[in-house]
Amino acid sequence: MTQEYEVIIGMEVHAQLLTQSKMFCGCSADYADAPPNTHVCPVCMALPGALPVINRAAVEATIRTGLALNCEIASFSLFARKNYFYPDLPKGYQISQYELPLTRNGWVEIEDDQGRPKRVRIRRAHLEEDTGKLVHMDGYSLVDLNRAGVPLLEIVTEADLRSAEEAYRYLRKLRAILRYLGVSTADMEKGAMRCEANLSVRPKGQKEFGTKVEIKNLNSFKAVRDAIAYEVERHIRILEEGGTIEQVTLGWDAARGRTFIQRSKEEAHDYRYFPEPDLLPLEVEEGWVDELRETLPELPDAKMERFAQRYGLSRKEAWIVVEEQDVAEWFEAAVQAYGDAREVYNWLTGEIFRYLNETGTPITALKVSPERLAELLRLVDRGVINRNTAKAVLQEMLQTGRSAQGIVDEKGLAQVSDEAALTQIVEEILAAHPDEVARYRGGKKGLFGWFMGQVMRATRGKANPDLVRKILQEKLGG
Amino acid sequence: MELYQLTAHEARDLLRRGDISATELTRAVLQRITAVEPRVKAYITLTPEVALAQAAEADKRFAEARRAGTVDQLPDLLGIPLAVKDVISTAGIRTTCASKILDDYVPPYDATAVVRLREQGAVIVGKTNTDEFAMGWSTENSAFGPSHNPWDLSRVPGGSSGGNAAALAADATIIAIGSDTGGSVRQPAAFCNLVALRPTYGRVSRFGLVAFASSLDQIGPMTKDVTDAALVYQAIAGHDPKDSTSVNRPVEDVMSELGREVKGLRVGVPKEYFGEGIDPNVARVVRQALSVLEDLGAHLEEISLPLTQHSIPVYYIIAPAEASANLARYDGVRYGYRAEASTLWEQYKRTRGQGFGPEVKRRIILGTYALSAGYYDAYYLRAQKVRTLIRREYEKAFEQVDVIAGPVTPVLPWPIGWAMENPVQAYLTDLLTISQAIAGVPAMAVPAGFWDDLPVGLQLVGRPFDEPTLFRLAYAYEQATGWGKRRPATL
Amino acid sequence: MPLSRQDVEHVAWLARLELTDEEIQRLQVELSAILEYARMLEQIDVSQVPPTATVLPMRNVMRDDEVAPSLPRDVVLANAPDQEEGYFRVPPVLETE
Repeated sequence: MTQEYEVIIGMEVHAQLLTQSKMFCGCSADYADAPPNTHVCPVCMALPGALPVINRAAVEATIRTGLALNCEIASFSLFARKNYFYPDLPKGYQISQYELPLTRNGWVEIEDDQGRPKRVRIRRAHLEEDTGKLVHMDGYSLVDLNRAGVPLLEIVTEADLRSAEEAYRYLRKLRAILRYLGVSTADMEKGAMRCEANLSVRPKGQKEFGTKVEIKNLNSFKAVRDAIAYEVERHIRILEEGGTIEQVTLGWDAARGRTFIQRSKEEAHDYRYFPEPDLLPLEVEEGWVDELRETLPELPDAKMERFAQRYGLSRKEAWIVVEEQDVAEWFEAAVQAYGDAREVYNWLTGEIFRYLNETGTPITALKVSPERLAELLRLVDRGVINRNTAKAVLQEMLQTGRSAQGIVDEKGLAQVSDEAALTQIVEEILAAHPDEVARYRGGKKGLFGWFMGQVMRATRGKANPDLVRKILQEKLGG
Repeated sequence: MELYQLTAHEARDLLRRGDISATELTRAVLQRITAVEPRVKAYITLTPEVALAQAAEADKRFAEARRAGTVDQLPDLLGIPLAVKDVISTAGIRTTCASKILDDYVPPYDATAVVRLREQGAVIVGKTNTDEFAMGWSTENSAFGPSHNPWDLSRVPGGSSGGNAAALAADATIIAIGSDTGGSVRQPAAFCNLVALRPTYGRVSRFGLVAFASSLDQIGPMTKDVTDAALVYQAIAGHDPKDSTSVNRPVEDVMSELGREVKGLRVGVPKEYFGEGIDPNVARVVRQALSVLEDLGAHLEEISLPLTQHSIPVYYIIAPAEASANLARYDGVRYGYRAEASTLWEQYKRTRGQGFGPEVKRRIILGTYALSAGYYDAYYLRAQKVRTLIRREYEKAFEQVDVIAGPVTPVLPWPIGWAMENPVQAYLTDLLTISQAIAGVPAMAVPAGFWDDLPVGLQLVGRPFDEPTLFRLAYAYEQATGWGKRRPATL
Repeated sequence: MPLSRQDVEHVAWLARLELTDEEIQRLQVELSAILEYARMLEQIDVSQVPPTATVLPMRNVMRDDEVAPSLPRDVVLANAPDQEEGYFRVPPVLETE
């Protein structure tokens, strides 16, 4: 490829807010396992005459999110009706925000593809309501309104993203922020966070933007990466061939790994937004914002910086334990209990992460407490067990939740640090393998590890390796 | 005097004394309905079983209270027959909005106003005719056919709450509640020699009132006299947490206003209310009514509300715009009429095309157009700005006067069929009732006399939340004239 | 400026209203008359005037985040023109029109 191209991406994310009740009525917002149409009332099924009332918790969650995204909080904002017809939209309009959203003009920091920090500007984060769900059957469709009216936060970026990977990192960062705030599960697989991307491609150096396409219904991180990568490739191919790109709305077919046209430009919506006359404006005073600011936790970026500085981690390393708040808390507790952050970091991101991934366990369900990990590491420090034994003990701890000391005692795993006993074992082994001893002394130094292995085997791995090394060096000479 | 001719407060006194029972009263009204309904066609749905059950319940409460000596503490409207406009949701009772699209819809819930009237023990005798979704002036736009004016059966009773007006004038109910978006309780009251109040916007909960234009709709009483209007108003007014636009402030005791002096009240008479487009006969009758106010000690002052005429286009942009969204829910998915089709989009178009009548379609198209891309600023936004000016015009006027008075409507009741043939001209008959809705101020219609045996109404407009002054003046006028006591001879 | 047939058809499409030819013709005439009448508003200088979306001076009308009972499902579906296994049933929804 001789010509270089620039990719311009903006993201639109919808995140369900974790409220008890729906956005405008008292129906429970926790519809996950409910039978169809059982979380429905006159308001959310749009019976004639029913009226909406704003859920304060949803407004507060939006303001808190706006603050976390470095947004301005509007002192005056309005709800608006977004008019369109669809069977999952009972009123025939969605109550949303249009001209005067609750929050706008913020930013989120990510790393660009060169690893440099980069700010992705947030155009707005506003409040609206979710739609119901359609189930497509053979020759007809079914409508379930349990989800209709669940509060939804819409977060729109400026077109600041330049690659599928940047888009991916932005979403991961955004998800972490939403989870830290506790405003959303932001679980893409369960539909609590849904993405759309606006994308265009232009030859590098060209001033005008390329034709923009919109990719809807990106329902997993993988879908976001794959769909964007697919579209970038498609755009470049068309441009290379001298073709023109159509302005369309696309869907993503994950099974076939390709996009498909959902709507052409001619069918573009005219949403006829106008101020919602059933609701009154919101006036957010500074005092209220200050109160909400007080409730913000330490956010992922701040925590990442602090971990990096305090615990001697790189920012990349820090992010690995910071992305999930529960992990970060576990890490800090373990560091506090043990002292050596690097050691805790290695064990956490090594053995423990492997276990979590393999078993699909969340860290909150981990049977090993940070204090118990500290106890295990102290056994290694005191020479009671060696690192290899410690790994085995940790596995047992992860399975059973028992203490390290208990496992070591029961299984007699304490390592042998009795110099006289180890010297005797070393002498026996050297006597049994005169050829190897001769070859070692003849310059084949690589055999040292083999001798170590023999000793460890003879002691069933319990020998203190440092001590064994010392004795072997003495007995073998040089 | 027949029982069905009673006002609510007269009936209340008889019920409390035990002279009549609620069941007797209800039966009398139901029989009267049977007798006159073929000619006036005031009702869409009659609910005799519900009514008699509620009446029996009321009689039980009277009996218990009488034993306990607490009859005077019973609610004023206990056992009183009530008609409910069919755009107000009634649990378990079909609520059609006079539309084919809802002709078999039975709501599972009561409007808040109905809840409050039921709590008082009012007896629902039926759901009354209206223009479809309250869009009209005459009930001619009802899918169930027009109601007839008891004063002249060939003429309209007004609208959109025309069924209520026809029922009250025919003594086919004792009290009624309607809705007013641009005059829909006041104009039919004027056409049928009745009292009606459009309360201050936000005074009565809209929860359960099927929305026409949300920023303008208000539920209001329609009654045979001012005292009854006060009783119904007192029952339905007040804060409702289910309606975000319902005002949280105590309701004044309007009953205590009845009989108070009106001497010194400053009454503004806008010259635009007697200008172009006003039937001179209507103007003559209302001038006479104004002179009565003067005789009672009120000071008349000519004022000017120059934006009166502009209120018509403001209204006919804002109301249809809101309506176009409010009526989007009628899609044949969850309730109401459905025209079968093989695809969803076909079903939507046919359901709505067949389910809505001509006036509703006209307004949906108009409102959709006014909101659509490229026209929003020119129509909707501009109308909202002029709305601000109309509000300010009222605020300024009320610095000068306490009440504004004039005709309710520029015309006398017209022959059935006229508005259907002249829909655009019919829009102009809203001239005198629209601006109050746009400004959100309370306004009342009171019988002002007759021209050619057709009733004429006097309109009294007040400051926001100053319903007490309206009741005081209306009552004084009613006592001085007694026009409301006249009953149509034709029935 | 009178409304064209296409104008009415487009708006009818936005509003999902099926109209007959006769209705379209009538609406062209009637809407043109109403919009012409609305030009009266152009006489007024509104450049310095804020719009009124609501006449009420109230702000921040909100409710606490508390769950209230939903309707029983048979009540939710009681008025449904068509239903299946607890769902509202509709003809197939195609992604494009």
